[in-house]
Amino acid sequence: MIEVLDTDTCTDCNLCVQVCPTNVFEAMPEGPPLIMRQTSCQTCFMCEVYCPVDALYVDPDAEAVHGLTVESVREGKLFGSYRKAIGWHKETRHRRHIDDHFRIPQ
Amino acid sequence: MNQPSQESHSASSGTTEIRCDVLVIGGGPAGCWAALEAAGAGAKVVLVDKGYCGSSGATASAGTQIWYVPPDTDEREAAMASREAMGGYLSERSWMVPVLDKTYESVNRLADWGYPFPVDDKGAQQRISVQGPEYMRLMRRKVKNAGITILDHHPATQLLTDGRAVVGATGLRRQQGGQWTVLAGAVVLATGGCAFMSKALGCDVLTGDGYLMGAEAGAELSGMEFSSAYAISPAFASITKTALYRFAQFYRRDHSLIEGAGSARGRSIIARVLLTEPVYARLDLAETEEVKAILRRAQPNFFVPFDRRGLDPFIEFFEVKLRLEGTVRGTGGLRLTGLDCATTVPGLYAAGDSATREPICGGFTGGGSHNAAWAISTGAFAGASAAAFAHSSATGSGVSASRPPFTHTENAVDPQAIIKAVQDEVFPLDVNYFRTHAALSDALDRLDRLWDSISSATIADESQALQLRQAQAMTATARFMYRAALSRTETRGMHRREDFPKQDPAQHHRLIVSGLYTITVRRETIDPGVYREAAE
Ligand SMILES: Cc1cc2nc3c(=O)[nH]c(=O)nc-3n(C[C@H](O)[C@H](O)[C@H](O)COP(=O)(O)OP(=O)(O)OC[C@H]3O[C@@H](n4cnc5c(N)ncnc54)[C@H](O)[C@@H]3O)c2cc1C
Ligand code: SF4
Ligand code: SF4
Repeated sequence: MIEVLDTDTCTDCNLCVQVCPTNVFEAMPEGPPLIMRQTSCQTCFMCEVYCPVDALYVDPDAEAVHGLTVESVREGKLFGSYRKAIGWHKETRHRRHIDDHFRIPQ
Repeated sequence: MNQPSQESHSASSGTTEIRCDVLVIGGGPAGCWAALEAAGAGAKVVLVDKGYCGSSGATASAGTQIWYVPPDTDEREAAMASREAMGGYLSERSWMVPVLDKTYESVNRLADWGYPFPVDDKGAQQRISVQGPEYMRLMRRKVKNAGITILDHHPATQLLTDGRAVVGATGLRRQQGGQWTVLAGAVVLATGGCAFMSKALGCDVLTGDGYLMGAEAGAELSGMEFSSAYAISPAFASITKTALYRFAQFYRRDHSLIEGAGSARGRSIIARVLLTEPVYARLDLAETEEVKAILRRAQPNFFVPFDRRGLDPFIEFFEVKLRLEGTVRGTGGLRLTGLDCATTVPGLYAAGDSATREPICGGFTGGGSHNAAWAISTGAFAGASAAAFAHSSATGSGVSASRPPFTHTENAVDPQAIIKAVQDEVFPLDVNYFRTHAALSDALDRLDRLWDSISSATIADESQALQLRQAQAMTATARFMYRAALSRTETRGMHRREDFPKQDPAQHHRLIVSGLYTITVRRETIDPGVYREAAE
């Protein structure tokens, strides 16, 4: 489930409000959006890969809230890790081409 | 440009009204390909999505392998033959050939548009799979650039008819509040399948809305008994990517090996053990560092949960569960009357998981490729036909909704409780995976009663309108599934009857369901020219 929105790095762009398929976030008149409907989160990681500044963190557990904090996610160096893995980070662009399905031994 | 005429859009009155040629409902791959094809034929197109076209639906977060087969006679023959037996011989080559052709052509277009397909050692692009976020971001861009109006967070709740044909739809403006109406010359349903909010990857938006809207308008469904697709996932995560479990072995709590358990052929053994005790997996068949690296590069999303838990799935045991994916990786859906992807209702077309995939894979899809090819090709077919239909029909008089809008009252139902009640009927392995007459009919009785109590239910306030609609759609879908499952007294494709464990040659037909208050079932025979069962 979505656990953390780092309000220090968030740019209030509201992209996450737009892309979240299950409408978990709520845009605010001012400031960062709120994680308004956390239990509607389907744990698809889409908000994370779209957030331009890696301010979001989704825990893999789809059923339970783990109470993570900005600090704990930062310590684990987990912010932005999935975005980097799929090549959507400017330093990892080469990874967009790495799909090795055709190399999987049959 | 092909801009639809926006007649009014008003925040104060809380309504959007648009008139166009083709309305596409759902913005996954099927909806995007449909919209592009319709716009390419000169139609003014509006695409509405419950979530966000580009990130919503099964493909966007999961990614897919694709049935991409070059037009080589032997390769095509092998591709078509490979699944006929598993699907229970309910597929038809008269569909497979055009689906393979269209998929091949469309995936090549993706390459022309710059999709970053990987390159092999000889420098040739490999086009057998796509990464979800990348693919659907590109599709959204193409749809936008084609001048198609995209309305995100605009779930459709019902179709509009003029008594003869479907002429549009209405729905909710989930973020601004209020409602929308689109009047159209033709409508394509591309709302995906139904996974009953099991938290399978990307699937909670897939609640069978298209099945319900189609059935309300009078459309038939086919293959709804092939709806028992369960995917393996870590018990602690939503990632239902299953291909890499080919490299896993499965274990009991004491780490003793479960013989015969596997992702493809041995999934029923996993299910059987799960009835009584937990099951653990470990990807210990991926032995070399080279293979491990390939798997990581093929499916980055598969590894996200493990990396976030600091768990090495190649050497550590982790608990797994089976999450219901229902018709998303099952094959049931709206019945198509032909290659134009028309339903039985004039003006209404269906594509992707909204439609039955029996024509290309019969009663089984499971592990990949066919569904993605089906979404691409039927999307294109439906988009073209809808544009042609819209072109030839005059619309706009005597429009009415197929059901009354939501009303608010004091003694409203709780949509969340309905969803839970439906899940209790469809999640249990001993009801839906291992099927028997007794368990299915008990469940169907309860579901029928639930339907009676909610089909015209009211809600406390507008914020619950979408939830109620989704609850109704899931209830209807579960009833179609079990009604069909009771009628098929044999085991065929993924439909497994414990009380009828054999395939019965006398039941080599499709089952067509229709109706909502009373569901009727009829048989449809399949072109005998492709029936090879007797020969085996
Ligand atoms: C984990 C996983 C792995 C898979 N792997 C493979 C694979 O390797 N190969 C393969 O062939 N297939 C695979 N599949 C299946 C494949 O993803 C689907 O068949 C495919 O996504 C179907 O495309 P679609 O466009 O019909 O539906 P979806 O991609 O599910 O899109 C449906 C869209 O409709 C929208 N929608 C729903 N209801 C409404 C409404 N009421 N109003 C407006 N919009 C609505 C949704 O928001 C969504 O955007 C996999 C599925 C899963 C879950
Ligand atoms: S996408 Fe990221 S930066 Fe933009 S509003 Fe959301 S959290 Fe903030
Ligand atoms: S993980 Fe998916 S469902 Fe959850 S908040 Fe992010 S985008 Fe929304």
